[in-house]
Formats: sequence, structure tokens, C-alpha cells
Amino acid sequence: MSLLEIKNLHASVNGNEILKGIDLTVNPGEVHSIMGPNGSGKSTLAQVLARRESYIVTAGSITFDDKDLLEMKAEDAACEGLFMAFQYPVEIPGISNAYFLRAALNAVLKYRGQDEMDAIDFLPLLKEKMRMLEMDERFLNRPVNEGFSGGEKKRNEIVQMAVLEPKLAVLDETDSGLDIDALKIVAKGVNAMRNKNRAMVLVTHYQRLLDYIVPDFVHVLVNGRIVKSGGPELALELEEKGYSWTEAELAGKR
Amino acid sequence: MSSTVNQINDLTQQEYKWGFITSIDEDRLPPGLNEDVVRAISLKKGEPEFMMEWRLKAYRYWATLEQKHAEPTWANVKYPPIDYQALSYYSAPKQKKELKSLDEVDPEILDTYAKLGIPLHEQKLLAGVAVDAVFDSVSVATTFKAKLAEAGVIFCSFSEAVKNHPDLVKKYLGSVVPYTDNFFAALNAAVFSDGSFVYVPKGVRCPMELSTYFRINAQNTGQFERTLIIADEGASVSYLEGCTAPIRDENQLHAAVVELITHDNATIKYSTVQNWYPGDKEGKGGIYNFVTKRGKALGKNSKISWTQVETGSAITWKYPSCILQGDNSVGEFYSVALTNNYQQADTGTKMIHIGKNTKSTVVSKGISAGHGQNTYRGMIKILKGATGARNYTQCDSLLIGDKCGAHTFPYIEVKNASARMEHEASTSKIGEDQIFYLQQRGISKEEAVSMIINGFCKAVFKELPMEFAVEAQKLLSISLEGSVG
Repeated sequence: MSLLEIKNLHASVNGNEILKGIDLTVNPGEVHSIMGPNGSGKSTLAQVLARRESYIVTAGSITFDDKDLLEMKAEDAACEGLFMAFQYPVEIPGISNAYFLRAALNAVLKYRGQDEMDAIDFLPLLKEKMRMLEMDERFLNRPVNEGFSGGEKKRNEIVQMAVLEPKLAVLDETDSGLDIDALKIVAKGVNAMRNKNRAMVLVTHYQRLLDYIVPDFVHVLVNGRIVKSGGPELALELEEKGYSWTEAELAGKR
Repeated sequence: MSSTVNQINDLTQQEYKWGFITSIDEDRLPPGLNEDVVRAISLKKGEPEFMMEWRLKAYRYWATLEQKHAEPTWANVKYPPIDYQALSYYSAPKQKKELKSLDEVDPEILDTYAKLGIPLHEQKLLAGVAVDAVFDSVSVATTFKAKLAEAGVIFCSFSEAVKNHPDLVKKYLGSVVPYTDNFFAALNAAVFSDGSFVYVPKGVRCPMELSTYFRINAQNTGQFERTLIIADEGASVSYLEGCTAPIRDENQLHAAVVELITHDNATIKYSTVQNWYPGDKEGKGGIYNFVTKRGKALGKNSKISWTQVETGSAITWKYPSCILQGDNSVGEFYSVALTNNYQQADTGTKMIHIGKNTKSTVVSKGISAGHGQNTYRGMIKILKGATGARNYTQCDSLLIGDKCGAHTFPYIEVKNASARMEHEASTSKIGEDQIFYLQQRGISKEEAVSMIINGFCKAVFKELPMEFAVEAQKLLSISLEGSVG
């Protein structure tokens, strides 16, 4: 059974239709990459999946783990196991990383009817995940993302993902703003989390990320529709020929 | 976004949870204010001559101000003119006899405290907090007195202090806030009903946190509390004040005065959580809170620290201040002020540096939601002799929604070139992106807002005693329920 089933998805932001009929099926264990030129709707797709309210679904359906995702509030989707790594992680002044992450984990545990974790049990878990992402322990007590460099913010996103252990992780432009060393660390963290039960959707503009996180499937999104799907080799083809190639091909089909 | 705004609105539009009225026989004076009323108050309280004389002098001064319509108008708040002759200036719960223990207190009063979550019996056991409960204007129960007395600490109602410690009262009353200070201070001096008195003798660290819960519960009665706290050489004390009040239609005037005095090497920490009835969603009703709070760091190396969490009242006019007279003395002001619906707050501090190497810290956090108007007004004054004076001011405003306002009026006056001043200020909006970020991690919208606000206020909350900090966080969440949407 598929983990995520998107059918004929249409979505608008501020009255502009951005997604114009997306179909996508993601099975447990699979890594899908969504690529496309700027403004094609990649990030919109990620935001819709994360149930951001300002992104209005006008038609279609999304089933997540056998449940209607469009019926869920953002926090419910998160508790059901959907995680999004933000393109621009947000700063929360005055709230420490450790406090925030424990509150998040406990919200998820509570939703699932499991015992919440106290600080004594939680701290070693968080430290272990931070080591994996090569983040210094001083980040434990620093306010969430405040004063973090671009790379530190992105690594912090993956730390959060590692703590929350989602069923589906949507990574929105996680490679943007990363230098090559940071990219490798992030990729290592993401790869360590790949398993047969967890699926991932990587939203990216560049093929570069896919050198380090090799996807099972690549989809090309142009003007709100998936115009081409294939294996990892498609990403290389795109890198070589540019997005105009798919756009031209699409125009030819019309 | 729009639905986030709606939810913020939902959160801040919760009804005042602690609105209830207790019916108790009252001993009250008819409305109006004149010399006879002032005398009557003094007589009812069985005060010595000096006290009545002082009240009368204050009244006469106030009457000249009232004649000139000299009520202060510089604050950034709006309210209809107050008819001071329409208010009643004294009310006290009727007491049949002197009370020996809590068991003798009117069960209805005890029940009121229970509703507020302040069970005195438990307070006794909990956390070693002595409670001097001021119900309306007269103290009806005082606990822990024996233990305090053992340490030599005097903690009693102002009335008792006037009777039992007249020399101390005579020496310090009005020494920090003279009755000529301002309109409301003069009014308070003339008609103050009761309040708390604390004296910590030389070298004594007060063995427990002192706390007083105030409650306004007599319709149309202005509440005029007066508190005087003295820490003698090397003494230290931490005083907590918290209040809630029942729902009212009429506006209620509250004009309190608090005076703090520290001698050499003494410390006073004064914490307030204020949650008086703020009026309804349309801005009807609510308390007018016109308070004069000031501390005088008289002795060298002494320290006065104000921490306040202000969430209630229709109008707040309040500037807990420090006169840093002793060399090396320290003044602190940590404040969270929240205005929701149609609340207005004009609050801040004055730090007057007189002694050498005096230091002051001001951290102000203003939160505005609904149609709330929040003003920070602060003055840092470095006098000529205050060589080596230092001040750090941080003044942040947080806006929720687009109908509220945040205003900042910092005044700085430096007469000594060696002074070092730092001023930081920021204004931010609680972001839909912040809320969504937390929601995406599984945290509900209400908790997300609460978390963001607690983060914003952290620098102030950490100054509060532990239990108070927890209470304050809850209060902020409750006060904002209905405003986040």
C-alpha cells in the first residue's frame, strides 16, 4: 500500500492557481525527487503537504498513510508522521532548541497515546542526533535558529527530523545555501535515516543534492504539472540540458 | 494567514475566567470626598493623631490639584473624566471580632480565595509563603507571623503598623513618594484604606518570600492600597504581589502607592503579577490602575529590583522607579505588559542615578493584541555627581494582529560625562511563519503562540520566583486566549 497518494491536486495561493493537477504515488522506503525551474510549484507542493493554511487546495485529493491529509491541521499531519524540512527555518527567540524539540516530540507522542519523555531521557537522544549532524552541544541551549548560519539552520532541520522520526519527510530546498562540506554532512544525516518504512520527497532546483542523496525516482515539475518522471538518470539529463528542454518537449506535445 | 489571524482572535477573546462577585456585608462610607470623609476614615481605623494630620494635609493638597484639574494627562491613554465625588472612599468587610485563626475567617471569603486558586490553608504548607490577604481594604488573615517575628521581621497590615510601630511609619511614610508627588499619590495619601508594611531589621535575610493578594470586591469603591517596605542595613527581602478581580460594569479606580527603602547593603525584590478585570471585549468596564511605585536605594551597595507582569486593568498607568542615592547602588526593572481587546497601558520606569557607580537595568517587553495600546515610557537620569553610572535598557514590543499599537517614549538625561548608556529597542509581529513552523513540528496553534510569547518574555520571567513564573506564563496564555487566529 502506498504511503502518499496525490491525485489531480490543484492548489492556489492568494487566488493564483499554482498546482494544476499533480498525480504522485510514494511508497514506503522510496525517495522521490521533485525538480523544476523557479516558480514551477515545487515549494507550493511541499507547503500543501505540510498543510499550510494559506495554500488552498481547490481540487483533488491527498491520502497519507490511508488517511485524508486534507482533513488534517498542520499539527495533526505532523503528529501523523509528516515532516517538512523548511527552506527558510524560522527563528523562535527565547526558546531553546532542546526545549522546543522536546515539546515537539512530546506533542507527537501524546497524539499517538504514548508516554511523554522527560528531560533526563530526552537529552541523550538529542545529543546523539546532534553528533550525527556534527552540531556542537552549545546549540542545545541556544534559541531555535536564532543567530544560526544558513548551514547550521539546515543541519538543525535534519536534527529535528532525526528526533521526530517521521514516516514521510519532505525536504524543501534543503541544499540551498549550503557549502559542499555542509551538504555532505546533511546528506549523511538524511541517508542514515533512509529505511524500508520511511519515504522522502526531496524538493530541489539543482541536481547537486542528488549526487549525495540518490533518489529512486525523479519528477520534473513545470508550470504546476509533473511533465516527466524517471529514475536518477533523469536528473543528470536535466542538469545537462536545462529545464527549457522539458518545457520545449511539453510545448511540442500540445 | 487569515485563519491564523482568526485563531489569534479566538484565543484573545476568551472571557475573563475569574469574574465572580462575593456578597459580604460591607461597612462603607457614602460617595464623595471632603475633610470629613478623610477624618472619618482615620477615625474608623482608630489612627493616631499624626496619621490623621498627614491625611488631611494630603487631602488639602489634592483638593487644590482637583480644583485646577491637574490630573495628569501626559500618558498615552484615553478615558472619560472621573467624577471623584461619585466614588466611595472606604469599605471594609464587617468583622465581628478579632480573629485568632483562619477558621474564624468568613467562609465566603475563604471560598473566594479558593476560586482564585489561593487556598490559604495550602499556602501555609506550600513553599513557605506567608500570605497577608487583603480583602478589599482590610486585612482579614495573616499567616506565618510567628515565624517572621522570630526572625525579627515585621510583616503586617498598614493599619497595624500605624498602631504598633508608629515610629517606623512616621519616619518612612512619604519619604519616597511624598503626598505632593502627583495627583494620584496625593489622593492615596488622603484616603488610603490599608495595605502592607514590612520592616526587615539589620542583617536579617527574610526567611521566606512575602506575598499579598489583593482583590477589589466592593462595587464603586476605589481601592487605595499603601505599601511600605524597609530593608535595614544588610537586610534582604523578596515580596510578591498578585491580584485578580471580579467582573464589573463600572470602571473602578485603583490608585496605590508603594514605597521601598534600602539601607546600606540591603536588597528588596518586589514582584507583581497583575490581572485585574480588563473590561469586556468591547472595552466596557475594567479597572483603572493608576499606581505610584518607587524605591529609594538610600544606602551604599543596596539594591532594588522591580519585576512586573501586567496583564489586567482597562488602563494601566504605572512606573515602578528607583532613586539610586547610595554609592554603588543598583536598580532593576523587568516588565511584561500585555494589552488585549481595548486595554491601554502606559508603563515603564524611572532610574534616577545620584550616587557614584550606580547601575540600572531596564528590560521591558510589551505585547499588544486585539485593539490594545501598549506604551513604554522610561526615563534614565544621570545626575552630576553620579560618576561612573551605567544603564542598560532593552525595550521590545510584540504585536499580534493589525489593530493594536505599540509605542515607545524613552527619555535620557545625562549630566555626568562618565556615564555609560546602552539602549536597545525592537518591534516585531508574531509571525504566521513562526506559528506554522511550530505546528509543523506537532505543536498546536495555541501552544505555539504561548511558546512564542513565553520566549519573548523569557528575560523577565527568569527574574520571577519559580511559582510566580509558572503562574505568569499561564496568565499570559489565558489573557491571550481568543486573540490568536
